[in-house]
Amino acid sequence: MGAQLRIYRRRMRSVKATKKITKAMELISASRIVKAQQRVSASTPYANELTRAVSAVASFSSTNHPLTTANENPRRAAILIISADRGMAGAYSTNAIKEGEKLAALLRERGLQVSNFLVGRKAVNYYKFRNREMAGTWTGFSDNPTYENAKEVADALLSAFLADSTDSNVGVDEIHIIFTQFRSMLTQEATAKRMIPLEVVESSEPVPTSLLPMYEFEPNAAEVLNSLLPRYIEARIFNAMLQSAASEHAARRRAMKSATDNAEDLIKSLTRLANAARQAEITQEISEIVGGADALASASAGSE
Amino acid sequence: MALNVALVSPTQQVWSGEATFVSARTTEGDLGVLPGHAPLFGVLVDGAVSIKGSDGSVKEFNVRGGFLSVSNDRVSILTESVD
Repeated sequence: MGAQLRIYRRRMRSVKATKKITKAMELISASRIVKAQQRVSASTPYANELTRAVSAVASFSSTNHPLTTANENPRRAAILIISADRGMAGAYSTNAIKEGEKLAALLRERGLQVSNFLVGRKAVNYYKFRNREMAGTWTGFSDNPTYENAKEVADALLSAFLADSTDSNVGVDEIHIIFTQFRSMLTQEATAKRMIPLEVVESSEPVPTSLLPMYEFEPNAAEVLNSLLPRYIEARIFNAMLQSAASEHAARRRAMKSATDNAEDLIKSLTRLANAARQAEITQEISEIVGGADALASASAGSE
Repeated sequence: MALNVALVSPTQQVWSGEATFVSARTTEGDLGVLPGHAPLFGVLVDGAVSIKGSDGSVKEFNVRGGFLSVSNDRVSILTESVD
């Protein structure tokens, strides 16, 4: 076998091995998207009920709760970025991080300091590489978040929010979240949303205020709001994490699908090249034999 | 007349259906809800929630904190976890 042919065969073997890996990852992600989507829809009833409750309480009680009223002179804002732990998901993490940069620039323009809360190894590494300050990091659960994970993150954010922002370097006046919205299998979108101060009216299905009844509160409206809002924040972070997880799987599936397709194309063109090389080798051998036979024939003809 | 009850946790809908009576423990004490109850929003403490279904069966759930909201014979119980 000629050297050229051997090199082509070697490259084909390596591309085939890569293709097997990417194909397997594609299939794994495809099955996990379904599971992640189911988790998103399983968490929806709770989120909807909670949204309904928060809108009811916030619109009917006249209590001024710190979580619902905006600070007039905000000094610091927190950004929570939800990214992936692992790569191989195309631009999934990059998009979320970029959205974060955009929001941070916007907030700085407004004269706010920004403190970063990061979920997912990719975002953490990005910030670590640039030597930026991180107020809180969580890793290890990006593709399968539990409610406890969301609670942990929400606790840190809430305690930062409740700390005084005027004299400490910890307290924040606003909390923004950046996550990847799962629109469909094909479209996922990195989105920035303000979480605190609350914009209660943003739910998937708008709550008609005319239908909200005059609630009696037990023990009282302020107490109810106090215990309701942390749960609401947790539920929203949990929902964002679940959607991001579904998006991550979808992005990974897509990236791995195009990797598999590219590997197939590469194998095809390498096969063509290898065939051409083999053919050239055969042609050369034939012409060598023919040339040799000719030389022998003319040599023997000359000796006669 | 029956109550439309939904018991939901962050990860799943634990139970939903028609019921004739719901009892839960709020921060103020035990509370029972019958059809026609006035709109109410209460904070629950750890304890048992019992739901008497329309078919007469009684279901007991141990909830860890949460909320109870009643309006127009619709009862939703939101809890962080159910044992």
